[in-house]
Amino acid sequence: MASASTSVRRSVPAPVPSRRHTISILVENKFNALSRIAGLFSAKGYNIESLSVGPTEDETVSRMTIVTEGDDPIIEQITKQLHKLIDTIKVVDLTFESFVERELVLLKIQTTAATRPEIMQIAEIFRAKVVDISPRTLTLEATGSRQKVDAIVKMLKPFVIKELARTGQVALKREFHGEV
Amino acid sequence: MTRESDKEGGSKSGTVMTGAEIFARALIEEKVEVLFGYPGGATIGVYDVLRDLSDIQHVLTRHEQGATHAAEGYARVTGKPGVVLVTSGPGATNTVTGIADAYMDSLPLVVFTGQVPLRLIGNDAFQEADIVGITRQITKHNYLVRDVTELAKTIKEAFHIASSGRPGPVLVDLPKDVMARTAPFHYPATVEMRSYNPIVEGHQKQLKKAAEVINGAVRPVLYVGGGVILSGAAKELTAIARKMSCPVTMTLQGLGAFPANDPLSMGMLGMHGTWYSNMAVHNCDVLIAVGARFDDRVTGKVEAFAPEARVVHIDIDPAAISKNVAVDVPIVGDVKRVLASLLPLVKQLDTTEWHSKIAGWKRGHPLRYQSGPEIRAQQVFHCLGEVTGGQAIVVTDVGQHQMWAAQFFPCIQPRTFVTSGGLGTMGFSLPAAMGVAFARPNLPIVSISGDGGFQMNSQEMTTIVQHKLPVKIFVINNGFLGMVRQWQDLFWKRRYSQVEMTSPDFVKLAEAHGCPAFRATTTSEVEPLVRRAMGYSDGPVLVEFVVAPEDNVYPMIPAGQTVEEMIDIPLDPAGEGVTIFDPGSTAVVQIRKEERHGVRIH
Repeated sequence: MASASTSVRRSVPAPVPSRRHTISILVENKFNALSRIAGLFSAKGYNIESLSVGPTEDETVSRMTIVTEGDDPIIEQITKQLHKLIDTIKVVDLTFESFVERELVLLKIQTTAATRPEIMQIAEIFRAKVVDISPRTLTLEATGSRQKVDAIVKMLKPFVIKELARTGQVALKREFHGEV
Repeated sequence: MTRESDKEGGSKSGTVMTGAEIFARALIEEKVEVLFGYPGGATIGVYDVLRDLSDIQHVLTRHEQGATHAAEGYARVTGKPGVVLVTSGPGATNTVTGIADAYMDSLPLVVFTGQVPLRLIGNDAFQEADIVGITRQITKHNYLVRDVTELAKTIKEAFHIASSGRPGPVLVDLPKDVMARTAPFHYPATVEMRSYNPIVEGHQKQLKKAAEVINGAVRPVLYVGGGVILSGAAKELTAIARKMSCPVTMTLQGLGAFPANDPLSMGMLGMHGTWYSNMAVHNCDVLIAVGARFDDRVTGKVEAFAPEARVVHIDIDPAAISKNVAVDVPIVGDVKRVLASLLPLVKQLDTTEWHSKIAGWKRGHPLRYQSGPEIRAQQVFHCLGEVTGGQAIVVTDVGQHQMWAAQFFPCIQPRTFVTSGGLGTMGFSLPAAMGVAFARPNLPIVSISGDGGFQMNSQEMTTIVQHKLPVKIFVINNGFLGMVRQWQDLFWKRRYSQVEMTSPDFVKLAEAHGCPAFRATTTSEVEPLVRRAMGYSDGPVLVEFVVAPEDNVYPMIPAGQTVEEMIDIPLDPAGEGVTIFDPGSTAVVQIRKEERHGVRIH
């Protein structure tokens, strides 16, 4: 029996590319639950792209939707660590399911009489709503997938975006496997 | 308010009580015997109730850190949660190290902290600290009690969470006004939490898979961690190791899970593990990790850890699986139950050739040390093992002496080796030994510290003397912070920086506390003083061993490296004055449990 060499089998299998995951978490709606989850991400050094929290159909339960990035072992650790928190009821990595995702963005854009029609046109294409108007600004509300929100932001950038607020993604698993 | 008053109907369920009374009553319901604590402004109402409580002994430590380590020692040897009560602000922040220590080593603690009144929270009030925020990442769970009607349920949950699943510390923050308000007392009989239900039974399919892998092994190794002790699975582990005829190695926290004097035991593995256990792990074809977490001090460079092995990992914590090392067959569940289910599935393996290979490594690289002219710490622990037959509870501090104690003291039974492993907290030993003594007053308890660590919590000498606790305090004095010095010696070109340490006269210090003390400076004094200390039966005794100033712990796998870089002690096993340590030769001394205050020496 020869002594094993240190060049090894036990390396991680072929490096898995890091990718984006949408994780949905149901937690007890208790004082501190949000800070526990946010704290976990910072303590363990996990990436967090967006995090949204809100009540659910059951007032004792909150849903958090976290968009994070990592290779498979990291994502596995993240889901296990999330589940390990005492207040966590359920953790689902939606990436492996068919799911609906939506994000809302508010955009305050600098306008003049000359640029306003073009901005309205872009808004219409994205089915965005005008929610506030002033002589020099226009505030739009748009919802959609992250890609759609990215796209409208990109299209409006040349007009000078004065302020922007995004909610971060929320998501639910699809029941019917197809677009509605 | 005592059980007596209960019998008289003084505090029946439903009786309206203050928060402080509910707290005391809940501790009685949890069968808490001893509470380690320190009063203050925010807990003064609670302490008023404790004054008349005869069921629970309150131990006034001399520092809140001492209270948490004492509770850890208590938890480690009993398996029951250690309970701490401190005040707000500095009282609470002083518990942080002990809580972090318990979290790393999975010890059940319930820490109650006083808090300023609810309306003052967030106000930078006197002695206010956001202890729930501070301890969020170092507790298994924590609570701020905002309503007195939630208090009893919260305490019930805290004890349940601390002691179930993978145990850990739970903190409960108690605002002063909440403790003064009243509510009817109802202590829930059971805990129902939809969000917390640890898996205890191993999955049948995984058990079968594991058995297949194990039964195909030619060079198996059982790698045993603290989880085996926490789960109370030493018996099951011993049975399965013997049935398989499988060599066993233990982590620092696993020591005692399998008898050190059993021929199958290879002692500790890892950075300062035995040469032969590390070689066995490196060459094994099946590694069965039981209640262990593949810590970096165990694995070194993970990519080169057990490179030829298929890995079976049994652990109650799903997050521990494949965290550091990819596992082939994971089994999530309580180690005791999983081993019991696995036992009938595994068969006797033919490991004769494997054992002779390991025996060869052991012959070439036994644990050994230079005897004389100076005292060596190794000699002290070797001697302690022979005098006690391994039948003592050893409570170590952190550093070189800790590693030598792990190597040279033969641990025979579970829950007899108490040490700060994960966090590596200097100053742990003395207060932890105190906690052990409250739990096991009839067993010989040895607190071992270096000169550095002893000075970190030496204030607890006073508490130990006050309660006449039968703790044998061994101070291994080399005049250095030895482990840091060793690293500077081996890896930093001997550029010693801030490692030389002056100390008080430990003998006089002990005597000032009212504790008899002795000093050994020559090798011939070691055994008589060890015997004298172990035979002393009237409270604590301190022995200072003045040892070789610049001795290093070997074997050593430098941090992040592999078995191929392992350094053995530069002493020829057949050399002059070299003492070879074989735990297998330890004759077990039966201690009579009824003998109070220490073991009688044969």
